[in-house]
Amino acid sequence: MRAARNILHLGFKELHSLLRDPILMLLIAFALTVNIYTAATAMPETLHKAPIAVVDEDRSALSGRIRDAFYPPYFLPPALITAAEMDARMDAGLDTFALHIPSGFERDVLAGRSPAIQLNVDATRMSQAFIGSNYIQTIVSEEVNEFVRGHRASAQPPVELVFRAEFNPELDKIWFGSIMEVITAITMLSIVLTGAALIREREHGTVEHVLAMPVTPFEIMASKVWAMAFVVLAGSALSLNLMVRGLLAVPIEGSLALFFAGVCLHLFATGSIGIFLATVARSMPQFGLLLFMVMLPMQILSGAGGLIRAQTLSAGGLKQREGMTSIIDIVMQAAPTTHFVEYAQAILFRGAGLEVVWPQLASLAAIGMVFFAFSLARFRKTLATMA
Amino acid sequence: MSVRAGTVTPPDAAPAVRLRAVGLRYRDVIALDAITLDLPAGRMIGVIGPDGVGKSSLFSLIAGARAIQSGSIEVLGGDMANARQRQALLPRIAYMPQGLGKNLYPTLSVFENVDFFARLFGQGRHERERRIAELLDATGLAPFAERPAGKLSGGMKQKLGLCCALIHDPDLLILDEPTTGVDPLSRRQFWELIERIRAARPAMTVLVATAYMEEAARFDWLVAMNDGEVLATGTPPELLARAGTRTLDDAFIALLPAARREGYRPVVITPRAARLQEETAIEARGLTMRFGKFTAVDHVSFRIRRGEIFGFLGSNGCGKTTTMKMLTGLLPASEGEARLFGREVDPHDLATRRRVGYMTQSFSLYSELTVRRNLIIHARLFGIPQAGIAARVQEMAERFDLTAIMDALPAALPLGARQRLSLAVAMIHRPEMLILDEPTSGVDPVARDAFWNVLIELARKDNVTLFISTHFMNEAERCDRIALMHAGQVLVSDTPAAIVAARGAADLEHAFISHLEEAMTRRPETIREAADALSAARAAPAPAAPAPPRLRRLHRLFSYTRRESLELSRDPIRLALAALGSIFLMLVLGYGINMDVEDLSFAVLDRDDSALSRDYALNLAGSRYFIERPPVRDHAEIDRRLRAGEINLALELPPGFARDIARGTPVQIGVWIDGAMPGRAETVRTYMQGMHQHWLQSKARESNGPSAPGLATIETRFRYNPDVASLPAMVPTVIPLLLFLIPAILSTLSVVREKELGSIVNLYVTPISRLEFLLGKQIPYVVLAMISFLLLTGLAVFIFGVPLKGSFAALAFAALLYVMATTAFGLLVSAFVRSQVAGIFAAGVLGILPVVQFSGLIEPVSSLTGAGRFIGELHPASHFLTITRGTFSKGLTFTDLKASYVPLALAFPVLIGLGALLLRKQAH
Repeated sequence: MRAARNILHLGFKELHSLLRDPILMLLIAFALTVNIYTAATAMPETLHKAPIAVVDEDRSALSGRIRDAFYPPYFLPPALITAAEMDARMDAGLDTFALHIPSGFERDVLAGRSPAIQLNVDATRMSQAFIGSNYIQTIVSEEVNEFVRGHRASAQPPVELVFRAEFNPELDKIWFGSIMEVITAITMLSIVLTGAALIREREHGTVEHVLAMPVTPFEIMASKVWAMAFVVLAGSALSLNLMVRGLLAVPIEGSLALFFAGVCLHLFATGSIGIFLATVARSMPQFGLLLFMVMLPMQILSGAGGLIRAQTLSAGGLKQREGMTSIIDIVMQAAPTTHFVEYAQAILFRGAGLEVVWPQLASLAAIGMVFFAFSLARFRKTLATMA
Repeated sequence: MSVRAGTVTPPDAAPAVRLRAVGLRYRDVIALDAITLDLPAGRMIGVIGPDGVGKSSLFSLIAGARAIQSGSIEVLGGDMANARQRQALLPRIAYMPQGLGKNLYPTLSVFENVDFFARLFGQGRHERERRIAELLDATGLAPFAERPAGKLSGGMKQKLGLCCALIHDPDLLILDEPTTGVDPLSRRQFWELIERIRAARPAMTVLVATAYMEEAARFDWLVAMNDGEVLATGTPPELLARAGTRTLDDAFIALLPAARREGYRPVVITPRAARLQEETAIEARGLTMRFGKFTAVDHVSFRIRRGEIFGFLGSNGCGKTTTMKMLTGLLPASEGEARLFGREVDPHDLATRRRVGYMTQSFSLYSELTVRRNLIIHARLFGIPQAGIAARVQEMAERFDLTAIMDALPAALPLGARQRLSLAVAMIHRPEMLILDEPTSGVDPVARDAFWNVLIELARKDNVTLFISTHFMNEAERCDRIALMHAGQVLVSDTPAAIVAARGAADLEHAFISHLEEAMTRRPETIREAADALSAARAAPAPAAPAPPRLRRLHRLFSYTRRESLELSRDPIRLALAALGSIFLMLVLGYGINMDVEDLSFAVLDRDDSALSRDYALNLAGSRYFIERPPVRDHAEIDRRLRAGEINLALELPPGFARDIARGTPVQIGVWIDGAMPGRAETVRTYMQGMHQHWLQSKARESNGPSAPGLATIETRFRYNPDVASLPAMVPTVIPLLLFLIPAILSTLSVVREKELGSIVNLYVTPISRLEFLLGKQIPYVVLAMISFLLLTGLAVFIFGVPLKGSFAALAFAALLYVMATTAFGLLVSAFVRSQVAGIFAAGVLGILPVVQFSGLIEPVSSLTGAGRFIGELHPASHFLTITRGTFSKGLTFTDLKASYVPLALAFPVLIGLGALLLRKQAH
């Protein structure tokens, strides 16, 4: 009872302190508004203004038709180049695609000789290369088909695919990006705020002051974890409702109550990580550097993204976690973000319920408890040597 | 330095420093108010006054560390407002800022610190070695030459600071509180040293600020300051005569304007009542604390009786604070026993804590909470019942005179008020004992005496036991009993009068010194001899030929390079980040994200269940991209399994699939994709289309024979990376990113750290130029970044197996140009930020965003429009990316890529030039 009251009062003190720290308040505001907006809207379309060049040696109606079929937003208006320029331009990275239409192409098509068009793709640009080449193939065949249909009848392809994208019918990237940013912000803020709360006390010399009072290290740590978790929880709830659902108009499938229950468990673990890092670092700057080295891998490997949004570097897929192929996969099972990202995606994107996400919820609870106990032991030890 | 030998100014000639209406304000606070003053040359001048009256501001202006806001300052005949004249004057001035070792580098050894300053002043090797040896001998630091400055005692730090200041034979030596917090013996040695140096160089003017009035009494000439104004100037006897007092302490109070003296009451010590004599409040028996090999407190024993005022006298770092912490239960003792109220101190016993009030050294309350909130939170934590809190807070506010400032933030209050608040907080739960760790350091004499009046009242009226530590002799004299402490040991413990009498000393200070001398292993005589050796050496100076200016520039530049490298090599976190950070991140990216979308799980709803429909599903399951899961039975199951994330896509083959195809009737295959990750979903769709097309073609071949051609074929050549694999594509993209991120953060930190720790003052007051400073600091980071580059390339080629198809030399040269630009970018950022945390975020975020968004990492620069395009065209990362892709994937050499080198090479001079332009050579 006494302990609970102390935890409560110390936590209120943390909230007051945070309110008076302009840098951290700015960071919270930035991470939950501007950052989410820009990161979500800046998620590149898979194919957006891809630079393409055409070597047109045919100069026929058909080749002209093909050239005109490439236009924004998928492609830039094609650059008309000569065969000699092609290699140099691709070497310099000016074009991702170069389409070579040979002379006599239209004549050969009409004669049914099935001539070949060469498509050169700069495969170092993973984000455009694979999907873009498929687009180009489709566009070229459609144009050729249309052109030929004007001249002779052609059979419809008998079997076609009808795609239905579940949970995000338009495959709108903002849906994905905005929610992933919220998830990232939750993790980042809770580690930064809890860690900073401890380091601030240490730099101001107030920890020993508190310790001279009838208060235990457990109460100190628990108060910091709950207060910062509360701030992150409130901030992310506001952000998810006002920014994501409001401004960005992203629909959310699942139960928000269930989601935030998981967030609480996650914050328990990440807050403990923040305390742990703060006991390792001797100063705020060291804490900042440690943060980089811990947060980036944790975020990237769990698929949450982070400063370098991994998905943007390539065709967009993320590693499937089921395989557990490498030692890193096994290590990552201990990171709360791994489970939290799976949990959040299942609920927010696919509307999954408790019957689906309970394993993640259990993992988060277990990891949170282990981390808290470990950090508390470490915190006690640090306090003893801090003087 | 060539000036030095010739200028022997006779005393009473032109003043060394001439101030005319000098004013300085920090936002709304006036630090100096139109000061007009001449400081005589060749004298030892003391500036006296409590903390925060403007002494340090005045000194930093005279030293050229701070830019002049108003008025004019002439030092040694030169105008400090004129940059050119100031540059010429700086080698003749030495400045030791306030704070123990503030301008020193804690991780560098004693020798390395002095050596850095010697190099900064362009001294050659022989001259340097001779001077350093002389100075270290003279100050008695020679045996500790290898010890890191951070591990020296306060007195030794100040001696080291003096060595660094004297290395270039200044004509004006400015010492800002050089002896505050230093033990009396070291203090005496320090002043003896200064005396000897002055004897050898009589023309040198020494300007000293001090809080110890006893010291000031020995100076030639004094300036008394208060609230940014000069109260009085003159020789010490002149000041005493003017105030009509016996001591300078009293003289200072008498000289204060009447308003400040209002309510001042001299401290009167009422004798302690004898009746409680024997009851013990605190007892320490053989108390010992070891931190590793270092023994901070060494078998300390004493007893404090209830209601007694017990003083702990000793220098900074002698173990006072550690002893107090052991007594409060904050630190478990390594050995020995501590008893409070007859019970052994137990760190887990929260009940004892409620009987003790503890006031830590320096202000340690929550500066972000108001006075009232501070009182309330402590009342709550000490378990005062909710109903009683308001009354108790009110009572404390009245008793400690806080009622007028209840809603103010502590930061806005004068030091004296903050100390009263600390005391109120420590007393809020009516403790029977108060432990006060240096409660009055830095407080002005008036407030200090007021504070003591409260303490005495607590002890005598409320019978509170007071355990107080101090380094002021006059405060120690007010205690009932004191313990003299040095180097972790209690030298003697008794009443002040008895200690003085036992030693037959004139006063407590002399008694303390006598005890210290007895305790020291190294006799002061040897120090004196060494100082004599110094004056002998100085009498016959061997002037070294000054190096030519260009060489001196290089000397200065490399002195910073050397120092930065040494510091970096001793900071494990920064060094690890610098050397291995990039590798670590690349490994994580390489192993962690596999951007090839593979092993997609799918399930089939086969409503036809014919040979053909099974063949269609087999076609998919046979590919390396897809893995088949058990079939589904209905739409609800598709939905459920997609939702659970068990499958990524589901196919529905309609009834009559085989029949309709055979008839040529159009058939639709339903494909459900998990759209949660749009990027992956699109890739899945592309795969699906490809597989479908493939199946159709093979079916067509089966039925029509091999010679059924399409209208036209498209031959796709994936160049540079024929397998369209992610690692070969990722490596050349990630190298520019990593070589930007970490070098920029580190080079930003290198400058901002100095700003935060205070050693930036060495840039302000020494002749190094801004460009020399920046380049000197940049070199180690460029070297580290190049090592990083080599490791990254090695990792890519040998571990990831990504071949480097083009010229390595071309790549390495581009990398060098690039890291020169990225570290220069970090230095440029450092001009804008003040704190290291801000520096990390600014360099990280400001640096990375343009690289990721505009340099062609994701979308080619040619796809961008507007501002993004403009930034992308100029950004060094765009050009370096072209080169990394060109050399890694495209097999290109220098000649193929030369167009990219020109803009890359231009980035460095532009960025470093801007950095030098924006960096300030003085504090503002």
